[in-house]
Amino acid sequence: MTRMLPLRVSAFTATSAMGVGLAATRAALAARRSGLAPCDLPDMPQGIWIGRVREAEAVELPAPLAAFACRNNRLAELALRQDGFMEAVAAAAARHGAARIAVVLGTSTSGIAETERAWSRRGADGALPAYDYARTHDLHALPRYVRARLGLSGPCVSVSTACTSGARSFLDAATLIAAGFADAAVVGGADTLCRLTLHGFGSLELLAKGPTRPCAEDRDGISIGEAAAFALLERAGPGDSGALGLLGAGASSDGHHMSSPHPDGHGAVSAMRAALDSAGLAPETVGYVNMHGTGTRANDAMEDRAIARVFGCAVPCSSTKGWTGHALGASGALEAAISALCIEDGLIPGCLGLERPDPAFVSGIAVANAAAPLAHALSNSFGFGGSNCALVIGRLP
Amino acid sequence: MTATVGVSGIGVLGPGLAGWDAALPVLAGEAPLDAAPFTPPAPTLLPATERRRTGPSVRLALAVAAEAAACSGLPPEELDTIFASSNGEPQVIVSILDALHAPDGAISPTQFHNSVHNAAAGYWGIAVGSARPSASLGGHDFVFATGLMQAAAQVAASGRPVLCVVHDVPVPDPLDALRPMHGAFAVALVLTPRPGAHGALGLRFAAEAVKQEPPLPGPLAALRAGNPAARALPLLVALAARRPARLRLALLEDAALEITLAP
Repeated sequence: MTRMLPLRVSAFTATSAMGVGLAATRAALAARRSGLAPCDLPDMPQGIWIGRVREAEAVELPAPLAAFACRNNRLAELALRQDGFMEAVAAAAARHGAARIAVVLGTSTSGIAETERAWSRRGADGALPAYDYARTHDLHALPRYVRARLGLSGPCVSVSTACTSGARSFLDAATLIAAGFADAAVVGGADTLCRLTLHGFGSLELLAKGPTRPCAEDRDGISIGEAAAFALLERAGPGDSGALGLLGAGASSDGHHMSSPHPDGHGAVSAMRAALDSAGLAPETVGYVNMHGTGTRANDAMEDRAIARVFGCAVPCSSTKGWTGHALGASGALEAAISALCIEDGLIPGCLGLERPDPAFVSGIAVANAAAPLAHALSNSFGFGGSNCALVIGRLP
Repeated sequence: MTATVGVSGIGVLGPGLAGWDAALPVLAGEAPLDAAPFTPPAPTLLPATERRRTGPSVRLALAVAAEAAACSGLPPEELDTIFASSNGEPQVIVSILDALHAPDGAISPTQFHNSVHNAAAGYWGIAVGSARPSASLGGHDFVFATGLMQAAAQVAASGRPVLCVVHDVPVPDPLDALRPMHGAFAVALVLTPRPGAHGALGLRFAAEAVKQEPPLPGPLAALRAGNPAARALPLLVALAARRPARLRLALLEDAALEITLAP
């Protein structure tokens, strides 16, 4: 694996059911306050919990971009407005030029909720009512919206590798910067609640009856959430030592099954090792592993074994999906942001909703919050199609 | 800055373009295009149970990927991959949308896992036994240039070959009214750090609108107009002619990928 050029995380922001923006996210993490609640959206599977971001639902897009209006772009807009993110991007555009900043964003379903709504309003002849497919449902709608909103004119890429999309956007943007197609990139992702996803996971019998409890012995599945999270990546300079950075990224494929991970976690292990190698870091320098930890029986068991193979049993690890639910194509971006907060705050968040980890697990699952100075964290994402991606976030050397 | 990559293998499948060797005389203008509709071949690389589950877009992607990989002489399981498609497997999405609005509302678990945009990449990994990294991209009408840019950047950054596959099939009724397309089309290129058997490409991003896509003979222009993956055709024509060429393909309404071909 090639060593990755370290990138400075010049700005980042996250909006999910646990909070709009970083201050609310931090407060919920510290107070161990989940954003999950019983599902009250119409036409969804019965008896499940979701991570809904109500604040996004009334958000108006700026008038010139009104054609992009859909649940996904509203959530993206809400997230962009937090934490001075737009101002940081404007400053970067002034430094590099708007054409030198790429927008690389992950999503699994983009604005498909618009098509779902249109489907229920089909005419007697079966025809759909008119709506702007290209700016809502289409995968490219998300990066096109964000690029236009931020006034950028560089490369625009939509990544859709199921639940690794958000993480993979960091890797693909790092590639564009390394190859000289851009000097900086806005990365991350957004995914929103929709019927296809909730009923789809329902059909696989993977939805939890209550709030998801990753790593619990009696865990019973996923709670789906929605989220948008963004980061601004720039080449790290000599003056950036100690600043927050993307130090490494690694990916792999299982080549095993479309929706079940390889039980021994070969793909997860090689993605984590590739991320560490690209950062030039040994496993023992990582102080916290933010797990993919969806709360399904198969994922968490596989990931536990994979983490133990790479890190041994001592490195604390946890899933933060008990706070946010599984934000699918945004989860990797959201959890990269949470990992960055953990580094800044010296926090190891323990899994929510359990007193002890599954006794069959061998890795260092944390179930209570702990304070610890952290230099590096690794964040895992795994997805359907056997897609795996791991990011190393930490202090730049 | 320009990224330079070699082209070591090519695969193509579209109406009247049944593989690279068969397409050569058509692309070179030596034979007419018989643009009859076709059925993407069943992927014999996959075990029978998996094969049955694949739809036309995935089958198209696997066929051109296998052709390009074989033509490159590189072991397919050792190639990193970029799959790009604007619509993914739209037949699956439409059938799930129909099921969601049917009285019982039950959707099939197999259909759901096939609905992910990286289904083609997932089946490719299973078919050739690959553990190599893979990304799946969208790109609407700009999907070919976007996929090519990302794949070339990856070759330049990693120093490893990348199999770039761009595939799209028309969207079924009634969604076709919102996303009109005609004809299935897929192209695959094995891009390498050094110039390949088909020459080398220099690729550069330009923040400038492309007022007109590169000229094509009428029948090929009609194919291109019907399918965003077929925006690869001007590059395929240039590769078939084995002549130096400069092309500008739209990456968005206000951006271009500048391509220089050195055969």
